[in-house]
Amino acid sequence: MYDFAYHKPGSVADAVKLLTADPEARPISGGQTLLPALKHRLNRPTALVDLSGIAELKGIRKEGDTLTIGALARHVDVAESAEVTSAIPALARMAANIGDIQVRNRGTIGGSVANNDPAADYPAAVLGLGATIVTDRRRIAADDFFQGMFTTALEPGELLVAIEFPIPEKAGYAKMRNPASRYVMTGAFVARLRSGEVRVAINGAGPCVFRQAEMEKALSANWSPEAVANIRQSPEGLNSDIHGSAEYRAHLVTVMAKRAVAEAG
Amino acid sequence: MPEGFVGRGLRRVEDARFLTGRGRYVADLQEPGQLHGVVLRSPHAHARIAALDAEAARAMPGVRAVLTGEDLAAEGLGPLPCPATVQTVGGPLIIPPRHALARERVRHVGEGVAFVVADSAAAARDAAEAIRVAYEPLPAVTEAPAALVPGAPLLWEEAPGNLAFRFEKGDRAATEAAFADAAHVVALDLVNQRVHAAPIEPRAAIARHDPATGGFDLLLAGQSVHNIRDQLADAVFRLPRERIRVHCPDVGGGFGLKNFLFPEYVMLLSAARRLGRPVRWVADHTEEFLAAVHGRAVQGRGRLALDAEGRFLALHAEMIADLGAYCSPAGPACPTNSFSTAVGGPYAIPAMLVEVRGAFTNTAPVDAYRGAGKPEANYLTERLVEEAARRCGFDPVELRRRNLVRHFPYRSALGMMMDCGRFAENLEEAARLADRPGFAARRAESEARGRRRGLGLACFLETARGAPQEWGGLRFEADGTVSILLGTQSNGQGHETSFAQVAADRLGLPVERFRLVQADTAAIPRGAGHGGARSLHLGGGALVLAAEALLGKARAIAAHLLQAAPSELDFAAGRFTVRGTERGVTLAAVAEAARDPASLPEGMAPGLAAEALNPEDRVTFPAGCHVAEVEVDPETGAIALLRYQAVDDYGRLVNPLLTAGQVQGGVAQGIGQALMEAVAYEAGSGQLLSASFMDYCLPRAADLPALEIGFGECPTASNPLGVKGCGQAGAIAAPQAVMAAVLDALAPLGVTALDMPATPLRVWQAIRTARDG
Amino acid sequence: MLAPPSPVTVEIIVNGTPRRACVEPRTTLVDFLREHLGLTGTHIGCEHGICGACSVLLEGEPVRACCLFALQVEGLSVTTVEGLAPARGELSRLQNAFCEAHALQCGYCTPGMLIACHDLLARNPRPSEEEIREAIGGNLCRCTGYQQIVDAVKLASGQEAAHG
Repeated sequence: MYDFAYHKPGSVADAVKLLTADPEARPISGGQTLLPALKHRLNRPTALVDLSGIAELKGIRKEGDTLTIGALARHVDVAESAEVTSAIPALARMAANIGDIQVRNRGTIGGSVANNDPAADYPAAVLGLGATIVTDRRRIAADDFFQGMFTTALEPGELLVAIEFPIPEKAGYAKMRNPASRYVMTGAFVARLRSGEVRVAINGAGPCVFRQAEMEKALSANWSPEAVANIRQSPEGLNSDIHGSAEYRAHLVTVMAKRAVAEAG
Repeated sequence: MPEGFVGRGLRRVEDARFLTGRGRYVADLQEPGQLHGVVLRSPHAHARIAALDAEAARAMPGVRAVLTGEDLAAEGLGPLPCPATVQTVGGPLIIPPRHALARERVRHVGEGVAFVVADSAAAARDAAEAIRVAYEPLPAVTEAPAALVPGAPLLWEEAPGNLAFRFEKGDRAATEAAFADAAHVVALDLVNQRVHAAPIEPRAAIARHDPATGGFDLLLAGQSVHNIRDQLADAVFRLPRERIRVHCPDVGGGFGLKNFLFPEYVMLLSAARRLGRPVRWVADHTEEFLAAVHGRAVQGRGRLALDAEGRFLALHAEMIADLGAYCSPAGPACPTNSFSTAVGGPYAIPAMLVEVRGAFTNTAPVDAYRGAGKPEANYLTERLVEEAARRCGFDPVELRRRNLVRHFPYRSALGMMMDCGRFAENLEEAARLADRPGFAARRAESEARGRRRGLGLACFLETARGAPQEWGGLRFEADGTVSILLGTQSNGQGHETSFAQVAADRLGLPVERFRLVQADTAAIPRGAGHGGARSLHLGGGALVLAAEALLGKARAIAAHLLQAAPSELDFAAGRFTVRGTERGVTLAAVAEAARDPASLPEGMAPGLAAEALNPEDRVTFPAGCHVAEVEVDPETGAIALLRYQAVDDYGRLVNPLLTAGQVQGGVAQGIGQALMEAVAYEAGSGQLLSASFMDYCLPRAADLPALEIGFGECPTASNPLGVKGCGQAGAIAAPQAVMAAVLDALAPLGVTALDMPATPLRVWQAIRTARDG
Repeated sequence: MLAPPSPVTVEIIVNGTPRRACVEPRTTLVDFLREHLGLTGTHIGCEHGICGACSVLLEGEPVRACCLFALQVEGLSVTTVEGLAPARGELSRLQNAFCEAHALQCGYCTPGMLIACHDLLARNPRPSEEEIREAIGGNLCRCTGYQQIVDAVKLASGQEAAHG
């Protein structure tokens, strides 16, 4: 690992100042993805800005039809939160099944969403629920946020502060894990919002989480596992590795979507 | 409860330090003035090294040396040897030179190109990045069958067609005749995939050199200090053996991998001599995947001939063994000699023929991994038996029942002399545990949930011994403890406890009195280390011989002390008594007296100690029957292993708790091979695709069911303890039991062929292929 | 450009005692424990967040010490395997059960495994076999096949081990 300077600001403003002053600085929250990457010398930040001391990034609260989760909420916090469990149980279950207990005790929702790893869980919930990303300077709709593999709408120095989830009528999530890493090989998050909108987000399968329009249409007409059971995802552009070919992942999109709908009830 | 300590599931004496964080592994030890070594490794599977420029690296802060292949050549170091002897046909085994650092050409991704030594590991890593190597890439081949095809990229000029050897064993005429007359013949093409032993502790070593004596000291995480010492001394450094000390502290698992001399040890010793300071290297796990050794990597065609009643007539195996880019020390022996001892399993097969071709490929070397040829032989045998049952309509249990060896001694078609066994009892008891009558209801329950259930049963035969002969000693120390000195070595098996149990019974002393001395060429004159489930069989035999020798000396001293003739003494419960009297002396008192020359018979050297070389070379035959039950999710191909049971015979058990641990651990590795583990190279580029645990899947706790292993004890006469060895068996037994269950589950879907590992992707593809034709 | 990296003083409460050292920012918690404090019971395994050999309790919760910088836990409380026993020369109930059930072989994964099981029993005093297997899902053991570890946790929780 290369060495770097270390900063631990106490406010979002100070963190943004540090990140803006040095384009090679990187924020760190749980570090569960960043540390292994640094060890492999995959990137070389000049400085790490530790966000863990910033109170503004913490907390989970329910207001009206919206559940707001601070960027620093760890997976274990989301999994065990009474607010999340009552408002969006599928989200709590998702958090409870990320990685293993050591990862859940450190990893944060903000880190996961900002990193946008194709094999991460949370991006599917954010996109599948049509959540809003709140940063230090603006609000970004989920549909505009995830732009590609490890790429988001965040600008250099822009900090993800919180995520606002609309509380849906129903939602479900199913995933197939990569047997080795336990990350997502293919997952599907399905939701019917109180507005009546139906959303289906697929993670793991492609380079970036994406919406499955055909399934959304079918579920809008008929919310049942059978409605998606015969919808085929094209393997074109999907990820392929030793654990899952693009064809296999495409097949899993249908299976996971079906199971997610069944889980949502 | 048996009398004495042998046979009891005692708590391990070594546990206290491991449970409180006081174990000592190589990485825990620091040497004053130590430097840190890092290996620069080839990113190419096959390339010519056109130029190597290390000047910038040498000039970096904290860097003490950068060694290259040329530097080691100038030092006059020899290549790493391969002492394996294989009975080849059509020419000798070709052993190309394997230098510690590549010279002129690299032949697999991860091969060492330079060794950087610096004040810190971080500084060494920084400097390694600054070395400029100009590679001219060459075409690469990573699959053994492809390597043997004419025109394939050639690794070694001295091995035309990439062929290292041809091996043949058995009676060709009898085998061919049996096939010609058979009522049934089944054939299968099978791949026993390349896997990685993956001990959780990576390799590590610290080298020192004493300029005053010219002696080397190598502390390492290893399993076989004498072999490593001898190979370093005889072949690489060309020094008298006593000038190199090789020793180990606690070792965090090995499973075969840590038996071998590795290039890194040569680099470390060379650097320590050049720099006059201790040099340390701790591998990271990616280095272990890239550049340690892999296991298995054998594939080919098996055929089984049966008569109309299902009696086995002949077995023919035509295999291709992938050696990797070099001959690792035991690499060529595993798929040939070792494979041949176990092929045919516990069945009476009148004619057998084994043919093996060894191939060089642009991959990491392949060597022994838990079972080392015997898992491959048993897997082939049992898959053929299953295939015969399915194709010819025999019940799989009845077919096995009809063919098991029942009368001992039995001499196999390939010359193995089986002295004893309870093969039939293992089968019957395991079949009962399997609850076959209840399976239909369990299958129906699974199908109601959209799952496919399968039950598989398979036998195994281990041929345990490893290297023949072993050395043992016993020595009473001044502090009242008794040292057990052994040439075998524990790297987790609990020898400090099990050997103390053996010695305690022989000497009539409490277990706590003993201390194990092992894994140090300075303290143990000879030994063959750990491997082949040999430790209790051969090391236990050596210990018993040493105990007898020690008691002989003690008897003479006791007789002297008691003023009686040695023949008048009885020894029991740690005490010599004059027969028919109350007069006696304890062994402890004899040992104390033996420290004083005045108490000894004339001419006897002081001290109470004895040693013995156990000349035994017989093989033992652990065997058993394993049952697996799986559920397949046909939509995803995911497999859940629901039940796992076994009935095994390891002869007499010294510590049943430790035996259970050994077998369960081996079974877990076998399940891993069946369902999840595979080393994957990218065809063409030769890049390693499974270079970390992110891609190489090890079994986790939730992947496994309760492992229920029962023991039936049929003691062997091949050693005085009656033990057969249990270290490898689980890994030899489990793959075929699990695959039988998987294929049973998939049979209704039309799947008849499937190679390991039965990953979700593979299973899904097999189901789709069967459906779509 | 910010100030160049320089060693920083960090204070961490380790096994109940505040411990202070001057470290490079890139020093991981496991290196801090092993190299600066000499607490080598916490092992380094895969170094990429899979094997769990480096597990310690951070504020009572299991985390991977190889995937944390020492600076990230400034002022917080860390418990290592060296801190699990009630007193020197004694074993905790869980450690004793590990010995009794033969839940360890080479001992390399054992510290991390103990940390994970200790945490499980703190949260769930009578876990089911399934819950035990899930709780140690972040810890690889290559020796035991896990059965005797499951047995040990059952034993420590006062439940008879189903398979011995």
